[in-house]
Amino acid sequence: MNNPIIQWFKYGSPQSFYPLAGKMIPWFWTLAVAFGLAGLWISFFVAPTDFQQGEGYRIIFIHVPAAWMSMFLYIVMAFWAGIGLALNTRLSGMMAQAIAPTGALMAFLSLWTGAIWGKPMWGAWWVWDARLTSALILFFLYIGFIALQAAIDDPRRADKAGAILALVGVVNVPIIYFSVKWWNTLHQGASVSLTRAPSMATTMLWGMLLMALAFWMYSIAVSLMRVRAIILEREAHTEWVKNLPEIQGKSS
Amino acid sequence: MNWGSPAEFFAMGGYAQYVWSSFGVCAALMILEPILVRKRQSSILRVLRRERQAERLDSQ
Repeated sequence: MNNPIIQWFKYGSPQSFYPLAGKMIPWFWTLAVAFGLAGLWISFFVAPTDFQQGEGYRIIFIHVPAAWMSMFLYIVMAFWAGIGLALNTRLSGMMAQAIAPTGALMAFLSLWTGAIWGKPMWGAWWVWDARLTSALILFFLYIGFIALQAAIDDPRRADKAGAILALVGVVNVPIIYFSVKWWNTLHQGASVSLTRAPSMATTMLWGMLLMALAFWMYSIAVSLMRVRAIILEREAHTEWVKNLPEIQGKSS
Repeated sequence: MNWGSPAEFFAMGGYAQYVWSSFGVCAALMILEPILVRKRQSSILRVLRRERQAERLDSQ
């Protein structure tokens, strides 16, 4: 039983993941707050005023991280949903379900901050360009995933139905990412990419990266909190849940 | 440092309403979400504790 693969499967059970997640949550909150404070400091006090957009450009310090996370979380959610569908592991479906609301929040924030940035810079809250439309579809995919799972009483069946929706929807993520290249969009192209040097001031880049890390740590922390609640809800009638110290409590 | 005074900071070079409504909504939702999740956790814990107690009373 010392096989490392079996060790990984061990943490794949809700019973051993529940306390592990509990131990990880404070660490991710600490990192989220630390990165967030550093990122906000740079966003407001270090990064210079943009010569074209004035101070209004500072919205991108939350817009870009939120947009990145909305896409990244969707892929992670679809990954867990797919694993659950293929291997029929209990925890995978719970992970997918725990990530969805946070992903929807990030998608909403990217649309909200984008609209507010668009009004002064483009003169419109919203345009039906490829980037904005595909980002709106991403938000609807999250909402659809949550609604579909909520509509099916049997959690295992809900997992399966949700997984198919999530996997089909994955095709939208590269569409969002490359939309600014494939179509002639009003939305600007990527300022930061893996293949070339970023086209923005170094301090702005640092601010954005720190904020992205903060959003990332936040997403992990809050998803772990939610998956713990989902584990308890779904495993309520198992012996290990009944024997948890927080449920045994002080015998009164 | 970009700002001469706090008032200048809050004015955001004329973009105050846009910058603060973005950061404000973002902060509010990112505070609200963990509070709601915490509530969900404590409500399921409360149910489970109650069930546990009911079982104990039954077995007495």
